[in-house]
Amino acid sequence: MSDDIRALAHARWRVAIGLSAVVFVLYFGFILAVAFAKEAIAVQIIPGVSVGILAGAVVIVGAWITTWVYVAWANRHFDSSLKSINEKARG
Amino acid sequence: MNETIPATSLGEPNTTAILFFLAFIAATLGITYWAARKTKTTEEYFAAGRSISGRQNGFALAGDYMSAASFLGIAGLVSLSGFDGLIYSTGWLVGWPVVLFLIAEPLRNLGKYTFADVVSFRLKQTPVRIAAAIGTLAVVAFYLIAQMVGAGNLIKLMFGVSYEVAVVSVGVVMLAYVLFGGMIATTWVQIVKAVLLLGGAALLCVLTLAQFSFDPSLLFSKAAEMYGEEVLAPGKQVANPWDAISLGLALMFGTAGLPHILMRFYTVPDAKAARQSVFWATGLIGVFYLMTFILGFGAMVLVGREAILAVDKGGNMAAPLIAEVLGGTGLLGFIAAVAFATILAVVAGLTLSGAAALSHDLWVSVYRKGDAPRDEQLMVARGATVVLGIVAILLGIVFKGQNVAFMVGLAFAVAASGNFPALVLSIFWRGFTTGGAVASIVTGTLASLALIAVSPTIMIDLMGGESAIFPLKNPAIVTIPLGFAVGILVSLLAPEDSARAAYDAKERRMIMGVE
Repeated sequence: MSDDIRALAHARWRVAIGLSAVVFVLYFGFILAVAFAKEAIAVQIIPGVSVGILAGAVVIVGAWITTWVYVAWANRHFDSSLKSINEKARG
Repeated sequence: MNETIPATSLGEPNTTAILFFLAFIAATLGITYWAARKTKTTEEYFAAGRSISGRQNGFALAGDYMSAASFLGIAGLVSLSGFDGLIYSTGWLVGWPVVLFLIAEPLRNLGKYTFADVVSFRLKQTPVRIAAAIGTLAVVAFYLIAQMVGAGNLIKLMFGVSYEVAVVSVGVVMLAYVLFGGMIATTWVQIVKAVLLLGGAALLCVLTLAQFSFDPSLLFSKAAEMYGEEVLAPGKQVANPWDAISLGLALMFGTAGLPHILMRFYTVPDAKAARQSVFWATGLIGVFYLMTFILGFGAMVLVGREAILAVDKGGNMAAPLIAEVLGGTGLLGFIAAVAFATILAVVAGLTLSGAAALSHDLWVSVYRKGDAPRDEQLMVARGATVVLGIVAILLGIVFKGQNVAFMVGLAFAVAASGNFPALVLSIFWRGFTTGGAVASIVTGTLASLALIAVSPTIMIDLMGGESAIFPLKNPAIVTIPLGFAVGILVSLLAPEDSARAAYDAKERRMIMGVE
């Protein structure tokens, strides 16, 4: 019983750490590029849209996608595991 | 094309602004009256009776978070320096996934009203509560100073009233919401404000893009044509790369340590709703920052830098000015009223979280050892609210005329270095101890304060000195690792067997919720 809970806690922990790492790499990739590769960041992909503007938009969209992935995982896997643990406990 | 500075009616009494403003005050006081009748217990006062849905809380979180500083400040920064504003926009957004992955659900399952509930779970109540209250009140105080001084300047600029009148009126209206309507009124004021702010920004964005065939790249190209291609590239905000990195760390991890944000997760019925609320908040706040970026460029092109600088040298009036260019004094009035609503909603959330630290953490848990009659709890909560409301007004008046822009960065640095490490360690690490928690919060908070006191912001910009002892404007790159290191070291040096043994129960409740 408590092993189930521990396993679920660890599964959540792995997903949480993995997704946090994705956001961290995405955002600090952007910040480091802005800080140390200013010329590459200034290149315009199409007139008006520089690499930097696109990268900033990617960070924002990346934050949306990672939160969506987490919520989808939690709604599907975490909640159903929790439900089965609860059912087992009841009887 | 902008040789002449266009006339603006900003700062003159504006009928539309006053009408919208009065309508907002009437509607929100109506909400407060309704909320006051439903607020009979401490749980209703601080947590809206846990009755807010995930989506409603998502809007309220967005309303709690999107401050006038980010609406007017980022639009202004973009209008003057272009691309650089995006560094702040992205930083203020990436804190939200962190809140979702690491904090929101454990917090909801483990606590009642404050983040100290979570840190002090299985540890000794008195020392941890006192330390966490210090961390909370430090963040709330710096954030309040920034908001109140910003409110005074903004309302003075927009409505033409004196600074003191502006600060006192913000304080009094906010106090009416919080004192009588508690968290229920605060939540609905934040939801109304989020809808108004997002709606206003969306309207301005559509009107701006309509002039560029709805193609943002044409807007950016026009800006580059007028002011040079450097507006599309990193500029002077990132003159020192380490400054940019340290600021980025404070923004990314500070959100997860802001007491007024964390407190909102107690207003929903369960962990699943807490999860849904961050999902909504991240979506709304991301859209908002994309829109402020467009608006900033719109103001740069359609209003012009000279005109923006002529009104306010910080550029803070870029958004109201573009509203006037696009929709005349009517739209200007609407945006001015929205900015006012924005400040009220943020200040109300801050005051309520400070009051929870004073009454729930210090009075009930420390002074009364967790055993206070229910009537007394509610009375102390309301008393603490009045005290904080008065403190907010006084801080606004004391700091009149000071450059307080750095205070928001300071609040994020303290939140990221003092509150965030202790919260994460207490949730995820079995070996965390009372001593570790207290040392982590106190060291993170004090080190942030000390390093900012000797930073270029204070020693050069404010005091007019030649050099600064600490080279960076934001201390987070040093103080976040310090907060973690001190918490871990102190816990390892003096293990606490009772806390270790109680971790299983904590982990169980973190996953299962209250059974």
